[in-house]
Order: sequence, then C-alpha cells, then structure tokens
Amino acid sequence: MPGNDRSVDTVVREVCAACGRDPTRMLDIVRGVQRRLGWVPEEAVDRIAAETGAPRAEVAGVVSFYAFFADRPQGRIVIRLCEDVIDKLHGAERVAEALVEELGVGFDETTPDGLFTLAWTPCIGMSDQAPAALVDDVVITRLSRDRARQMVRELRGHGDPHRLVRTWGDGNNAHPLVRAMVENNIRHAGPVVLDGFERGRALEHALRMSPIEVIREIKIARLRGRGGAGFPTGMKWEFTRAAPGERKVVICNADEGEPGTFKDRVILTERADLMLEGLTVAAYAIGADEGIVYLRGEYAYLLALLEDAIERRRRDGLLGRRILGRDGFDFDIRVQLGAGAYMCGEETGLIASCEGRRGDAKNRPPFPAQQGYLGRPTSVNNVETLCCAARIVERGAGWFAGFGTKDSTGTKLFSVSGDCRRPGVYELPFGTTLGELLERAGADDIGAVQVGGPSGRMVGRDALERRLSFEDLPTGGSVMVFDTSRDPLWIVDEFMRFFVEESCGFCTPCRVGNVVMHDAVRKVRAGQASAADVERLRALAGTVRTASRCGLGQTSPNPVLSSLDAFPERWRRELRPARRDDLLPTFDPRAALRAAELLAGRSSTVFPPGEEDAR
Amino acid sequence: MSGTVTITVDGREIETREGRTILQACDEAGVWIPRLCAHPELSVYGSCRVCTCLVDGRAAAACVQPVRHGMVVESDSERVNELRRTIVELLFVEGNHFCMVCEKSGDCELQALAYRLGITHPRFAYMFPERPVDAGHPDLMLDHDRCVMCGRCVRAAAELDGKPELGFLGRGIHRRVGADGGAGLAGTALRGDDRVATICPTGALLRKRVGYRTPYGRRRFDHAPIGSAAAAGDGEER
Amino acid sequence: MSDTPRAGKPRIATCSLAGCFGCHMSLLDIDERIFELAELVEFDRSPIDDKKKFDGRVEIGLIEGGCCNEENVATLREFRRHCDVLVALGDCATMGGAPALRNDIPLAECLREAYLEGPTVHNPERRLPADPELPLLLDRVYPIQEVVPVDVFLPGCPPSAEAIWQALVALIEGRAPELPYELLKYD
Repeated sequence: MPGNDRSVDTVVREVCAACGRDPTRMLDIVRGVQRRLGWVPEEAVDRIAAETGAPRAEVAGVVSFYAFFADRPQGRIVIRLCEDVIDKLHGAERVAEALVEELGVGFDETTPDGLFTLAWTPCIGMSDQAPAALVDDVVITRLSRDRARQMVRELRGHGDPHRLVRTWGDGNNAHPLVRAMVENNIRHAGPVVLDGFERGRALEHALRMSPIEVIREIKIARLRGRGGAGFPTGMKWEFTRAAPGERKVVICNADEGEPGTFKDRVILTERADLMLEGLTVAAYAIGADEGIVYLRGEYAYLLALLEDAIERRRRDGLLGRRILGRDGFDFDIRVQLGAGAYMCGEETGLIASCEGRRGDAKNRPPFPAQQGYLGRPTSVNNVETLCCAARIVERGAGWFAGFGTKDSTGTKLFSVSGDCRRPGVYELPFGTTLGELLERAGADDIGAVQVGGPSGRMVGRDALERRLSFEDLPTGGSVMVFDTSRDPLWIVDEFMRFFVEESCGFCTPCRVGNVVMHDAVRKVRAGQASAADVERLRALAGTVRTASRCGLGQTSPNPVLSSLDAFPERWRRELRPARRDDLLPTFDPRAALRAAELLAGRSSTVFPPGEEDAR
Repeated sequence: MSGTVTITVDGREIETREGRTILQACDEAGVWIPRLCAHPELSVYGSCRVCTCLVDGRAAAACVQPVRHGMVVESDSERVNELRRTIVELLFVEGNHFCMVCEKSGDCELQALAYRLGITHPRFAYMFPERPVDAGHPDLMLDHDRCVMCGRCVRAAAELDGKPELGFLGRGIHRRVGADGGAGLAGTALRGDDRVATICPTGALLRKRVGYRTPYGRRRFDHAPIGSAAAAGDGEER
Repeated sequence: MSDTPRAGKPRIATCSLAGCFGCHMSLLDIDERIFELAELVEFDRSPIDDKKKFDGRVEIGLIEGGCCNEENVATLREFRRHCDVLVALGDCATMGGAPALRNDIPLAECLREAYLEGPTVHNPERRLPADPELPLLLDRVYPIQEVVPVDVFLPGCPPSAEAIWQALVALIEGRAPELPYELLKYD
C-alpha cells in the first residue's frame, strides 16, 4: 500500500538494497519503488540512479517505457480495462462507460480523492473470459456494466482488490498462492503438453544422454518454436551451445502478449513444472548455468505459484548445484516480471528488459545465440516449446514426430476466442484444419478469422480447409473468430491502433509508418479515401514490412495487407471516387472548420453544414 | 585468418575484410550508401533504416549487416531508393521541419538526403506534433521539432564524451530524447565544446551562437549531393 | 467544367493563399526574362495583372501558400477546376511554411493569445474577431496537396527565380520539370 510514511530516500535505498543495487534488476527496482510510493517521482529516479550507478537518463528511460510504470501520481488502485478487440466485441466499451460514470473520471485520469486511476490496457490474455480487467495485479473476468459498478463501490468500501475475488477458477487457479477467478477453459487436452506429468522424469531421461544427444533428439523430433516464427529449436540450442562464451543463458519467453493468445497462461497455471523442466533440459543441452522466466506483468497473479514451483524444484535437487547429483550441472532460474510492453515478447526486446533496460529491440546480428543476455550466448524459447522439448526427451523424438505434419511435428495449443460458444484452449495436432478447430469451438457463423493475432493473418470462410501449420497457416496460438456481423475494417483499425501503441519507436518505418497506416485506415472507415489512397497505403505497408528492424514492425502491416487480400470488397465499398478537379476525399472541410465555427458562433457559408456529400 | 572477402555492390566487386559491415566496406571502397543514424565515430545503431539495401534479395540495414563472401548487395537501384524516399518522407512528416527558418539548412543531412533522393514533397500528411524546445543550456539547445531519433547525440555523449546523460524517453511515436532523464540540457555536464555538440545530423541539437558562421551558399550540401565527396574518395563526414 | 480550350498562347493563373507573396516576388526576380515570359504565355487570374476571375480554362496554375481558412480552400478548389496543371509554388504550399508554425497549437489557444491574452493586446471588449466578412480559420494550416490533387511541386522559401523559370519553360513546352540539384531547395 503506497503511503508517505517514509521518505523517498529510505524507500529507494531499501528497495535497491533488496535487489543488490544491481542495475540489471532495474525493472524489479522500479516496480518495488512504485509499489511503495504509488508512482515514481523524479526524486526517486535520482536516488535509483545514485544507488545503482545507472545513468539517470537510463532510469528515466525505463520508467517511461513500460505502461505499468507511472512517472506521475496515480490512484491507490489502478483499474486497467482490457481494450482488446475480443473484449470490445464482448462489451468492453459498455463496461468502460459504466466505469467512467461510476468513477466520475475518464480514462488516463485519477479520481479527485486519489483512490482510482482508470486506464485502458492491451490484451491481458483473458480473451476466453472477456471483458476483463486488471485491478492492480488482480484479474477480474467476465465484466458487465453492473459488475463494473459493483466492483468500484466495493473497492470504495474495503480498498482491497483481492476481496473482489469470491469464487476461484478451476485447477490451480484455486491454489492458495493464486486464488484467481480465472478459468482454464481447457477444451481439449492433447497428448503432449496437457497430458499428465511427473516432475523430474524428463530430466532423468536427459541425463542419460549427453548434451549433444539431447540436441540431436530435439532435432530428430523436428521441434519448431511455438511462439509463431517456427525456428527449429534444436538448431537454436546448437548455435547457443557452440557460441563462444563462458556463461550461457536460457530464457523462457512467458511474455504472452499477442492479442488473443492465452495458452501460456494455462500452461503456466497447470504445467509450470513441465515448462521449468524443459528449461532445465535446455540448460543441460546448451551448457547454461542461468535461466530466466520472463513473465509478462499482466500475469503477475501467477508469480507466487511459479516461484513456489521453482523453490520446490530446488529442494528436490532439480535446480541449483549438482542437479540430480550430476557433477558440473549447476543451473538456477529466476523470474523476471515484465511491466506492460508487447515489445518485450520480441526476443531482443525481452533480453533488453531482462537486463533492466528499455524493451527496445536490438540489432541482429549479433543474434542472441551469439550475444544475448549481458552479452552471453542466450537461447530464448517459448513456454510451449520448452514443454514440448521436455516431452521429447521423456518420450522420444519418434513418438513426438508421430503427431502433426512433416514440417510441423507435434501438437499445438490454440487459444480460440471471439464469436464462438466454446472459447478456450485446444491442444490438437498440427495440420488440423481451421474449420475443424472452429467447429470444436462452436463457431457457427464465421465472417472473418484472425489467425496468429494482429501480427498474423486475417482470413475468410474460404480458408476453413487450410491446415494450421507452419507450411500453410501458421499461428503462435491465437485464433480469433468474428461472425458476419463484425466489420473487418473495424478489426483492422483496432489492430493498427495496437501496433501504434506498442511500437518501441526505435526504427523509423515502424514508429512513423504505423501511425500513417492507422490514420489511412481511419480515413477509409470514415468514407474519406479513394482507391489511390488505398494503393498508397498498400505501398507503405510493404515498405514497413520490408524495412522495419524487428518482428513487430515487420508484421504490423499484416492486418492491412491480409484484409486487403481476404476482403477486397469490404475495402472497396468505403472508397470514394477521387476527382481531379475537386477537393480530395481525405480533406474534410467541415471537420477542419468546426473549431472556428464554435469560436465565431456561426456556421461556414462557404462549406455549410449538411453539404458534406454534396461538394 | 582475418580473411579477405569479396562482395558485389550494384555490380561492382568490393574486396574487404571479415567483420566489416556492408556500410563500412562500401565507405572504404568509395561507394556511398545513404544513411542518417550511422556515424564512423559511433557504435552501430540501426534506427533510421535509410541505409537499407537488398542483400541477396532480402532487405537489410547496411550499417548492421556484416559482410559475407559472395554477398550481392543492391543499393543504388530505383526500388531501393524508392524505399529510402518513403523513409525520409516519414521522417519529414513526423517532425516539424521548417527548413526556411532552420540555421542548419544546407548543412542538414536529413534535408540533403531528401535533395539527393529528389523529394519535392512528402506523400503523407504532416503530423505537426507539439514538441517543446529545450533552450535552457548556456551553449547548447535541443529543438525536438527537428529530431529524427537517430540516437547520435545519445551515443556521442556516452561513447565520445563519457557523459551518458542523454537517453530516450517514452515509446512509439512519443519517443523523444531526454536530457538528464528529462529535466533538460541545463542539468547535464554537456558542454559546447563536447563532441556531442556537433554530431546531430539535423538542427535538433545545436551549439548556440555559431549557426551562421558558414553562410548559406557555402555549406556542405549547397552545391553537390550528400555522398558525392565520399564517393570521390575524400570523406566528407566530419 | 464548362471551360472550353482556347487557341493561342498558353495561359497562366497565379494566387497567394496563406503566403507572403514572396514566391510571387521570386517569379518577378527572373528579371528581363519577364518579357520573354510575356511573349510565351498570357496571364489569366493573377495578382500580377490584378485579374480577379478566371476567363476560362488555363494551362498552368501556380499556387503560393497553404490553406489557413475557408476562403483559401474555395480559391484552391477554383484553381483546381480551371487549371490543367496545378503547381505548388514554395514551402507554404508544400508544407504549410511559417503560417503552419501554429499547427501544434489548438486554434482557440492561438486566437486567445493573439486577441485576448497576448502581452501587447489592447482589446477592452475582449472580443474575438467574428465579422462575417472574415473567412473562418481552419483548425490548422494545410499544405495544398492535402486539400486537392497537385501535379508539380516547387519547394523553396521562396523557390529561386531560376527554379521557377526552368519549371515554367518545361511546363510550357509540355515536359515535366526536372530541377538540377542546386535548384531543389527547401530554404
């Protein structure tokens, strides 16, 4: 609970001391200071810089980068309503209205009594139980107008977000260390990730092999990264193992930020041990002594559970020195909590964040496998990938490769959300058709499907026969269903806004190009664009895709490009003819005159109201 | 062996050494690739993307990409220059670049790139963002209107002047250079005679009172395009 | 449009929207070549011959200045309707120029500073100018290519007389102007 009982100086000194005054722990330090002070005042930035030896400019840069850090005072309780497109189609905007009415302030504002700050936040990984919000670290799901009002009234009374949770979800959501209302919504448990798991089994198998043999097994299984890009895991491990460097690092990417994805949430809740075992197997194969689980800030409610699992593994000799009695196999894991930045799901942004810095992407080359975390060879793997790796070692490459297709072996966890009766997690073999998945999910009326989140592809009904796999229709897990009443252009608008907000801004095409593209999409939606404007948009999208520095910018034009492919008619319907002898459709004289009309108290006679379409 | 490698740039064979970036190799061979954030005295950065080339058919930033034997680079072609034009236009609409009142005009690398690429106007709408000026320092000023986020000042202050007091704040389109963590230039130890004072490619970070020492008409890019001197072999980057 | 093409010399029209007439001054700076120009073309609507209305269709329209008010937009639209080739002449036309320095400030704030709060303002009745004769201001100053389609751009503050001359000669001869390096300037 924030309070002024202690001086900034004391708070910073205590928090920094607890983190060893280590500037690479900057995220933890800033988070700790904010927890105590309620925000991060300039004085605290000064003191953190002094305590850690980091330049003041760098500390301020970190504070300003992450959405969950506040460089101005905020309410004692921060309500972050999820603004994802799925939450919106389940009524998030109505919930927002109710919150604004009940609180008496707008978004990004704080109530005069200093009790609440209201904010929007991108997808928090609860699309299967939307609309959802974070009240501080507490997840509130299935909001309605009434529940939102009730929530605020209660908080005014007791001020404790945890007391809002009265019924717990299934499985470990009810665990004493979690106590969340979140539901797993496991609709289909497959044989690889969601099958039962006995901790230590995979590691015992691994230690019967040499590290090289473990890598060979992963390669024989043809395991590919589950985050979306599909890089062969065995090769990544091999590169990292072969890279020069005394100390090596393995990182689990649990920054599940792609909107519409929530399968890692379920794995972390129910199969944390499998993931941790996979990370330990990776460490053994690569020769790493340090492991990090980068947990997105939105999943802070799972932190205690995860840390408990790590602690139990230490006690059982599955982590620490001489793991399972093997001389020289020393490896430990820490959890790095994120602070609200999609950018950190990109592996170089994630590494920068682990180092206590802004989540700006880094240059490639050098690749993380050569020089990653603190310059050490680093392998970053997705939660699900690590689970698969553990299983491969436990049950054999042949068994694993028996599922899926030739180039996409094994199973895949799909997070299905949107207009369907059974949203949730489906573990199915790669190669399952999109239509089969959607039938299982109870999607009866299909207009558009977003496969792979905003950075993936938008497809129409004609794609239902396509196979979910790296060779056909790839996805890191997100499958969003939109019925025929939803407007694909609205979806594109929402996704482009998302990229504008989440771009780190390091490189020009992504920083500026996304803003220009988003504006162009809005012009189209407003009926103020011509075919020439769309062609210009398409060309710009191509440039942003080609010239951006990292995966975020390289995929951010996908909503525009894939919807132009899948729904060309929908785009065309909004277009206006561009006349050479008249005003451009994109120029709106009525909008441009509105401010002056208000000030002058009269309407324009040159461009009078009501003639918008007559000009 | 620090091996010699040969790469082909726009049909011309260039011999260079392993470990070089494409940009370094080309600079040494007198083949000029347009760039903004890259600077010979500073660490590799890769933010502006103006030096993007097609390397064996795939786009890559020449300032970041190391050479590899047999590599084929396409730089001065219409399709690559068109991509660069788009990037430069994006930089123009993002900031407030009022060249007519800027003391750096004629000496500005952003402007010079636009001239070289033959840009008469951007194809995108201007954003006209609100960006305050930091003029509190006795010898330096920071006009955010003209900043292109190239990070040269951030790197120069840290790497050349040993004063890591500049950094980036915010993210996305709200990204900006922050001096002293945002408090302003006046609070830093930066001085008018530091290297950082003259490293900015545009008129964003300026030394006060020296802007018109070189009159218009006698400035670096008044008579010949940026890169012509480098291509002629007498290196123009200062 | 109802304009009918006319035989004879090509016709030119010019105007200054939110500009300072500096680009027009630069046009006059072609010195004695102004006689040559007079031989080559005929001026239609233009402050140069003080002609306020179009007689008919013209081949070339030169626009100085961006659009800061509704009248500018109407004038620009009229030029677009009458001109075969529309030329953005100078920085104000292509990027707003000095008038656009107000573009990052909301209109109400600009007017408040100019007419109510500014340190040199004497306005005892505290009224903003609202005479119906005064054109209403736009929320910001728009470069003309954000308002109508524009065919040719001659940046510069002002574009040099030489640049204008070369561009005009090219257009009169039916070519697209291509300025040599030293004539493409933004200052």
